[in-house]
Amino acid sequence: MPMSETTMPAPARAPGSTAAAPRRGIRRHDSLALYLVPGAVLFAAVILVPMGMNVWYSLHQWYGVGPMTWVGLRNYTQLFHDATFWASFEHQVGLVLAMAVVPTVIGLVLAAGLFDYIGGRFGARATSILRACIYVPQVMPLAVMGVVWGWILNPQIGVLNGLLKDVGLGSLQHDWLGDPHTALYTVMAVMVWVQIGFPLVIFMAGMQRIDPSLHEAAEVDGAGWWQRFFRITVPIMRPETYVVLLMTTIGALKSFAAIYTLTQGGPGTSTDVPSYYSYANFFETTKVGYGAAIATVMTVITIVVTLVLLRLQSRRQEVQD
Amino acid sequence: MSVPAVRAKRRGPVPYIVLVGFAAIAVLMVGPFVLVAMNSVKSKTDFAAHGGLSLPSSVDFGSFRTFWSTVGFGNALTNSVLISGSVAVLAVVVSVFNAYAIGIGRVKGRLWILGIFLLGNLLPQEALVYPLYDLAKRVGLYDDILSVIIVFTVIQAAFGTYLLSSVLSTFPTEVLEAARLDGAGLWRILWRIVVPICRPTIGVMLTLFFIWTWNEFFIPMVLLPSSENQTVSVSIATTQGQHMVDITMQAASSMLAIIPAVVFFLLFQRTLTRGVAVGAVK
Repeated sequence: MPMSETTMPAPARAPGSTAAAPRRGIRRHDSLALYLVPGAVLFAAVILVPMGMNVWYSLHQWYGVGPMTWVGLRNYTQLFHDATFWASFEHQVGLVLAMAVVPTVIGLVLAAGLFDYIGGRFGARATSILRACIYVPQVMPLAVMGVVWGWILNPQIGVLNGLLKDVGLGSLQHDWLGDPHTALYTVMAVMVWVQIGFPLVIFMAGMQRIDPSLHEAAEVDGAGWWQRFFRITVPIMRPETYVVLLMTTIGALKSFAAIYTLTQGGPGTSTDVPSYYSYANFFETTKVGYGAAIATVMTVITIVVTLVLLRLQSRRQEVQD
Repeated sequence: MSVPAVRAKRRGPVPYIVLVGFAAIAVLMVGPFVLVAMNSVKSKTDFAAHGGLSLPSSVDFGSFRTFWSTVGFGNALTNSVLISGSVAVLAVVVSVFNAYAIGIGRVKGRLWILGIFLLGNLLPQEALVYPLYDLAKRVGLYDDILSVIIVFTVIQAAFGTYLLSSVLSTFPTEVLEAARLDGAGLWRILWRIVVPICRPTIGVMLTLFFIWTWNEFFIPMVLLPSSENQTVSVSIATTQGQHMVDITMQAASSMLAIIPAVVFFLLFQRTLTRGVAVGAVK
């Protein structure tokens, strides 16, 4: 967004002379800055101070009650050698794959399919019904989606195993969330299901920017659907792709509710993620300093990921300009 | 595209195969909800006899009634409405104030300020949860829904400030200068000019903040431990596996959490799809 900063007082202008004038704020009203005070105070109390406290905790050994013992960076060095943490980190990467990468790719293909293939042949109504169906899980609380899938995947009386038996695939019945070998993949599959609607809706909104004559011309020249998808749709959707990847990656780092309701990190630590691991340290083993160190590391990672994605996006725009 | 053109494009079996493919995806997406709905109105004996996939032989709300009374679900519903409603309104007010200063007032270093605000929204909640728990205890707001209202007002306003500031930075300043020349004060300009012009964006923000807050789990779970203060998501998730031994009651409890979300979805569908395009939903 272009912003010009003018510190000179605005000259009194005759009506009608504004056309070529540079944009400026209402002069520079220090009193307008006063409107920032309530927001800033609240922000400091709820975000900045707690952030600082969390870093402070992470430099101590503390069990939530009693005195805090300064340990410097020991929590961090311990974290670096903690196999459970690294495992949880790997699972987090799996969740980024399942909640950001896969939904973005599938969402883009489905959006293009719905937008120009289904839309062009079966009309806008069919398109919007299908889009709404795919979007539904996105409006639901993540915790409730976890409960619903936990219910479907229940090993004894769950509906999925019942379904497998009914269609003659009884041999495939499985304790999907209870087996350490399948638990993470099962969670990932559920997360793809949860996330897919978000990229779909963003991409379908973005596709309205595409000039239909582009596709028509390419079609006349004999380009097939996939060719047009890769040559026209994918490049034009690049800005949306960055936004979607950023938002879904950050979403993947906030998957606590799903892990809590589906597996509580188990069996063993096979689906543990850093957010759950830090929660367990805070409130189950009350190793507050250690939990705070995990949280601090995740904060740094979140900020780095955000900056990298934003940088990629803006560099891309510069190249295009 | 004209009707004959549409017809011509539908030639051959391929379009129908694609349509069937999409329909299958739609069934996969909606199926779990249908299964939950179906089983929530089954009686225990019906479930025991026919399993989870058969249609209910009769509609039985027993599971709903039992769950509602054991958990005190009415309380949870009231709490969620109260929390989400207050947060939506308060966060919009805070966002409007912030954006007025940043977007129109153009205070110095506004890009930095915006960046820091956005950070508040992106931050992993585990980095805030223990200090917030500690602070809430110290100021006597632990296990009080006011603590959750304050926390989410700030978190949602962090996003709202970012969104609204970029909207307001394109605000035609001539309008504001004209109002100033007419002697309007800053307060009047805010409520009489800026807010009315931003009404569509504010509508989207109210909706998003309400739903986002409704869907929150981690911080409400930690700050509101006692069952009479819990929100819908927390009460459903934490009662799971406690007195929830039978599967039809689990379905009923999930259904109780799904119904409000469906209602919001239908109520706000247009705002939501617009909002997704405006600000990108989490």
